[in-house]
Amino acid sequence: MVDVRAAITQAHRAQWARVVAALTRRFGDLDVAEEAAAEAFATAVERWPVDGVPPNPGGWLTTTAQRKAIDRIRRENKRDDKHKEAQMVLDDGPPEPLGAIEDDRLRLIFTCCHPALAMETRVALTLRMLGGLTVSEIARAFLVRESAMEQRITRAKAKIKAARVPYRVPAAEDLPARVSGVLSVLFLVFNEGYLATGPDTDPVRHDLTAEAIRLTRLIRELLPADGEVAGLLALMLLTEARRAARISASGELVSLGEQDRGAWDVALIAEGHRLVRERLAARVAPGRYQILAAIGAVHTSAHDVRDTDWSQIVALYDQLVRLDASPIVALNRAVAVAELDGPEVALAAVDRLGDPLGGYHAYHAARADLLRRLGRSRESRAAYDQAIELAGNTAEIAYLTRRRDQLG
Amino acid sequence: MHYLVSVVDDTAGLATDEEMAAIDVFNDRLKTEGHWVFAGGLAAPSTATVIDNRGGQAIFTDGPYVETKEYLAGFWVIEAEDLDVALKLAADGSKHCNRKVELRPFLGVDLESLPGQGSDQ
Repeated sequence: MVDVRAAITQAHRAQWARVVAALTRRFGDLDVAEEAAAEAFATAVERWPVDGVPPNPGGWLTTTAQRKAIDRIRRENKRDDKHKEAQMVLDDGPPEPLGAIEDDRLRLIFTCCHPALAMETRVALTLRMLGGLTVSEIARAFLVRESAMEQRITRAKAKIKAARVPYRVPAAEDLPARVSGVLSVLFLVFNEGYLATGPDTDPVRHDLTAEAIRLTRLIRELLPADGEVAGLLALMLLTEARRAARISASGELVSLGEQDRGAWDVALIAEGHRLVRERLAARVAPGRYQILAAIGAVHTSAHDVRDTDWSQIVALYDQLVRLDASPIVALNRAVAVAELDGPEVALAAVDRLGDPLGGYHAYHAARADLLRRLGRSRESRAAYDQAIELAGNTAEIAYLTRRRDQLG
Repeated sequence: MHYLVSVVDDTAGLATDEEMAAIDVFNDRLKTEGHWVFAGGLAAPSTATVIDNRGGQAIFTDGPYVETKEYLAGFWVIEAEDLDVALKLAADGSKHCNRKVELRPFLGVDLESLPGQGSDQ
């Protein structure tokens, strides 16, 4: 017997974005699309256990959602544009083949990640319209009140409508810039899941990392030739592969060098490595995500931390510095340099970053570790204190505290 | 679809001759490409008068309604099919007038009656 509940959950994950995207194209209104999609899924919950799961759940959901949308518009538009209404009612044909709708999802992503929206709004809207997360789930993920998140999403939809944000894939000349905005949104979602901030959340939010990976896979499906999309997906997979080994039983962050590599996810690593190799074979100058993915690939290739090819990692960071001269990249490079040239050389490089990074916990954590390795305990302790004060992740705070307390 | 491109200024100076020439070039382009509706530069905020006639008798107050560091120095009203087109025009406008601009859509107002303006649809 088919488990109807599982079928509905599966349909929600697989079809939500398709249904919303198809309805947005037809009705040109995110609110109508989203509410009708939600109603269609609610109807599925009622009907599928009685009637059975339809052979084409996506088509069933899209058709049902379109009827719901028309009902809603009829109700709300009683005195409004009769002509427009008549047109929509007439266009009640069968749903488009699923292949054609893929473009709709891509349009929806570019609409939700439009540069005229604030970054945090893009994140929220993408999770809502493409991920199908509820407003309360998104609010919980980003530690804001549900009413505030509701307002943020409502305002964004109103702006899209009033300012006429186009529902389309950007023109070729604008595409790279716009894709990079979409990838930033997804990377932000992933990072918040991987190193969750806040005293009351789990240190790792698997729901967020999984959602980020799922949406990046979708973009990859839609833009298979884009190297940075492949790079970001590989980076996420190779990072996610280490998740189980990253937090100890006592809830403490486990550093890369101390992780049980047997607990890493072999399948995710294999898939990540495949993508990195694919990008290397493409022989196109890699972007930021591809370089970060390559660094992840070097780390996950070593069965023991002592086998890590640090010179290759430093070389990759050198490449990254040329693309992105930010102090955070310089900090990460210095951490790798410590393994290659020793902590003294690395500390000199880190110390030069005090000005821009003085308020960043990872800067103080890196300094603390280098000072500890150089036997400068008193200075190391002070640096740990600062890192602990600035860190937001509970597992990281536990790790830094133990390290500090172990100092002689 | 109509958009207002407000020119935001934070200096007291008027546009230089070079800036004026660049603005003329931009205006000509707006006209050629069918985006032109209306544009104008505004005199300094100190020339403003605030009028409040909500209480039965009009009260005239010298000066702008609020003192700010940044103020409206001029504006364009443009016609564009969607926000992406409007954003590109506003970005070019900012470059030509050498100032920050703010882009805002009109709230479904029909501006067909404005001089020198074609239909929205």
